[in-house]
Amino acid sequence: MDTRPVPAGTDAGAPPDPAAAPGTAIRRHGLATRLWHWVNAVAVIVLLGSGLGISNAHPRLYWGQYGANFDTAWAQLPRFPAWITIPAGYNLAISRRWHLFFALVLGFGLLGYMLWGMIGRHFRRDLSLRRRELTPAHLWADVRAHWDFRFHDPARPRDYNVFQKLSYIGVLFVLLPLAILTGIALSPGMNAGWPWVLDLLGGRQSARSIHFVAAVAIGVFTVVHLVLVILAGAGNELRSMVTGWWRVPQ
Amino acid sequence: MNGRKSIIARRTILTGGAGLLLAGCDRIVQIPAARRILFAGEEMQRGLHRALVDRAALAPEYTAAQRSPIFRANGTRDPGTPEYGAMVANRFADWRLAVGGLVANPLSLSLADLRALPNRRQITRHDCVEGWSAIGQWTGPMLGNVLKAAGLRDGARYLVFTCADLYGGLPYYESIDLVDAFHPQTILAWALNGHPLDVAHGAPVRLRVERQLGYKHAKYLMRIDAVASLAGIGKGKGGYWEDNVDYDWYAGI
Repeated sequence: MDTRPVPAGTDAGAPPDPAAAPGTAIRRHGLATRLWHWVNAVAVIVLLGSGLGISNAHPRLYWGQYGANFDTAWAQLPRFPAWITIPAGYNLAISRRWHLFFALVLGFGLLGYMLWGMIGRHFRRDLSLRRRELTPAHLWADVRAHWDFRFHDPARPRDYNVFQKLSYIGVLFVLLPLAILTGIALSPGMNAGWPWVLDLLGGRQSARSIHFVAAVAIGVFTVVHLVLVILAGAGNELRSMVTGWWRVPQ
Repeated sequence: MNGRKSIIARRTILTGGAGLLLAGCDRIVQIPAARRILFAGEEMQRGLHRALVDRAALAPEYTAAQRSPIFRANGTRDPGTPEYGAMVANRFADWRLAVGGLVANPLSLSLADLRALPNRRQITRHDCVEGWSAIGQWTGPMLGNVLKAAGLRDGARYLVFTCADLYGGLPYYESIDLVDAFHPQTILAWALNGHPLDVAHGAPVRLRVERQLGYKHAKYLMRIDAVASLAGIGKGKGGYWEDNVDYDWYAGI
């Protein structure tokens, strides 16, 4: 019996990819993915920084329709320091200007990318999970492969491993839409137009709490993503996201 | 060891990039052209709202049980001027709301006049730009009816609200467009939760413009003027906060 850990992303049913021999350069990311990635990267960083600046104006979170100083907060947030907020000094007006401009960049960018990914079949081809990838044995093997810093299936290095797929699905289809929807729920103008958003989320202060939690999760994803890019080879990964060309690791 | 060193170097490059972006934002906002683009976000948001939201769409209304136990007062809590003190002392018997500017019939309305008009009672949510919300019941005549009585003249595009309070030594004022002025929930509120407004909440009358943030809801109203343009009023941006700290004039978000 072979007891070696199964490399990440190993898909026993899929044929090996002969064009992706170690050391060769392959096209990894399409133009739309690369464009969206960088637009979105700027938007996410600006939104996180300006969002922390906005949080400093009233660093308390509540559940329900209302919530102010006399009401019970479920979370009392720290005052976020100047090095992490936009702008660096407390300025709610300018934080809001950054936040509300880049909210449009994020929202319409995601909308465009979603349409492209669905029509162009990118999501189905590269992100759909196969049943065998979700078996405990496969998941455990992938954990061990990550632990050994092996992120690619040598037979099919172009494919995303299961944790990559799960986290991209989580960000694209859960966290970013949730941040956008809860953001819409914070707008009194949109509350009049789309009251169902408020009903769905259980009130404006609940929406504000979920907005913050979603933002934290997006921040955690961003940090883990950057760490993994470094561990996987920052130069190669960065080039593939700029030019599209990725060199298959030896 | 070398591998670790290069990992640290790469980490510095990547996280340094994010840090530079954060720091760069403060420089970018100083560049006039970049600032104009950033501030154009307000017009885009307003355009989206006007496109997506019906002009007459109502802000959510709540039940009596959903009201905040304590309705937080914010901004000016007492104008503190001798003139305002005198009005409080005689319970606003001499207070008059002037309605003028581009109108056919300028009005001077007492509290009794406002109460005698058909009044609307609405339990709505007040959202401060800072992020908190409070729910309360407001009573008052629809601004639209007052404006119909005054008769807007051609060319009137905005309503400017002049207040009795000074904020940081400057007169507080606000302005809205005609879409919001004639919205059914836009009222001149004289009561909160069934009681005449107290000083902290804007006695004797404050504006309620329910699809926008709290700073648009001008308190301590003294005058309403119909105008063609906001230029020349205050510093020209349509309100105390808009003039002095760059808050958005359109506060529907």
